[in-house]
Amino acid sequence: MSLVARFRLDYPGFCLDVDLDLPSRGVSALFGHSGSGKTTLLRCIAGLVHAPGGRLAFDGEAWQDAGHFLPPHRRPLGYVFQEAGLFPHLSARANIDYGRRRAAAPLEPAALDHVIELLGIGALLDRRPDQLSGGERQRVAIARALAVRPRLLLMDEPLAALDHARKQEILPYLDRLRAELDIPILYVSHAPDEVARLADHIVVLEGGRALAQGPLADTLARVDLPIRLGDDTGAVIEASLAERDENWHLARVEFPGGSLWLPDPGLPPDQRVRVRILARDVGISLTRQAGTSVLNQLPGTITAIADDGDPALTLVQADLGGAAVVARVARRAVAALGLEPGRAVWLEIKAASALG
Amino acid sequence: MSDSDLQALVTTLTLSGVTTLVLLVLGTPLAWWLARTRQRWSVAVEAVVALPLVLPPTVLGFYMLVALGPLGPIGGTLESFGLHHLAFSFTGLVVASTLYSLPFMVQPLKDAFGAVGTRVLDAAATLRAGPWDRFFSVVLPLARRGFLTAITLTFAHTVGEFGVVLMVGGNIPGETRVLSIAIYDHAEAMDYASAHVLAGGLLATSFALLLAVYAFNRLYPAAHP
Repeated sequence: MSLVARFRLDYPGFCLDVDLDLPSRGVSALFGHSGSGKTTLLRCIAGLVHAPGGRLAFDGEAWQDAGHFLPPHRRPLGYVFQEAGLFPHLSARANIDYGRRRAAAPLEPAALDHVIELLGIGALLDRRPDQLSGGERQRVAIARALAVRPRLLLMDEPLAALDHARKQEILPYLDRLRAELDIPILYVSHAPDEVARLADHIVVLEGGRALAQGPLADTLARVDLPIRLGDDTGAVIEASLAERDENWHLARVEFPGGSLWLPDPGLPPDQRVRVRILARDVGISLTRQAGTSVLNQLPGTITAIADDGDPALTLVQADLGGAAVVARVARRAVAALGLEPGRAVWLEIKAASALG
Repeated sequence: MSDSDLQALVTTLTLSGVTTLVLLVLGTPLAWWLARTRQRWSVAVEAVVALPLVLPPTVLGFYMLVALGPLGPIGGTLESFGLHHLAFSFTGLVVASTLYSLPFMVQPLKDAFGAVGTRVLDAAATLRAGPWDRFFSVVLPLARRGFLTAITLTFAHTVGEFGVVLMVGGNIPGETRVLSIAIYDHAEAMDYASAHVLAGGLLATSFALLLAVYAFNRLYPAAHP
């Protein structure tokens, strides 16, 4: 059960050369800066770009190999474009029905109603695309892609064309889709926060090549990747809500290896949450500090140290006993404290946030 | 209007109608190819398509006459198969008009196809629509202004042609004698009254046709992708 893709495409000044094996469950993010080839890769997977000599198989079905190329309209996928790409001459409802009428086994009416409700577009169905806001158009486009009941959903930076407020408006819907839909999603993005929030698996692309791929938490916590996220460098930990302190609006989340206090996300007890800890919010000390404002001090072991973009800084990866975090510390501090892999330290986590 | 003028009117409308239909069938794929292709030599095709805009109709008509006549490559080939050559025939006139009005069909369609954009076509492809389905369900409705303009301009332009008809068709009543030739004949014969009827009629009809098209396009603007 997987998506196996091997593509090589030469354009003047750009070469895509990837060999991927992606899980066919959950959200896989194709992550990279613009120009890294992630959209081209997605279009190759959809069949919108024909990369001669490429190979692509989904769940053991060959979509492309030597001498065989399944055209895009025969592939059981759904595609959400960066700019919605709604048909301007059709109402939102007719847009959603366009693929449904043509699909061999489309979504049942009840299931479609559920998707429409999930995306909050019930009241917009009679409007034309030019009467919808950017965020509304994108939600209709998502419903349209889901209405054909795809076995694989491809999303090409569905939030990139939207401003911050519109993004925040759509993200909860994507969260719900991720939780409720049982289809694999390939999600192209250059935004670390989207990836940290939505992805389960990540492929890091740079210059047309896959630098790294693996489960999200492991890959984000790697400090040896040449891709630089600057202030967005950080780790993600899967945790569950254990208790709340209503006096101080805090909640404690537990994960294998420890627990953390963070601002109360207002979620029900035992709810799974994804916690993001940015490298700049993590400090390191040799002993547990007394009289500090830092909420969380956790014992851990240094596993790796690597250069950061700035010559004064390094990235230190530490294991908390099951979960990894990354700390950004001054090179001088590394030398002064004698930090090295294997050393036991205390990690001071100044801030952590629950995603979703 | 005399019987012969009426006959010329019928010939003119038939010629324009047939030419428009032929061009709709041939010009649509050509315009589609021009709008989509990335091949460099397509600019040469584009230039050839635009030639009738700048060439004197008599030049085009002259070459068509040579080509379609009994000794020309087309007419000669037909003769060798025991068929009749096409000079001074209605069919020859259709062939010549098709070439002559080609840019009036192709250019508006090419612009309209270009404006449809690739994103909606990609979207349709990922929504299970095959190539023909995409054309009829997405391109046609989005390019309908272009079609309306192309059809009207082609028809009106064919109604108004003179030089090409004179060279290729001659002046055979009921076969190749069209309105513009009839007007010329009336003027030659100093029958200005009859010439006025036909010329005024053509002027008014052409104006009304174009007015209707532009008003329609103003009232129902194309939805923008």
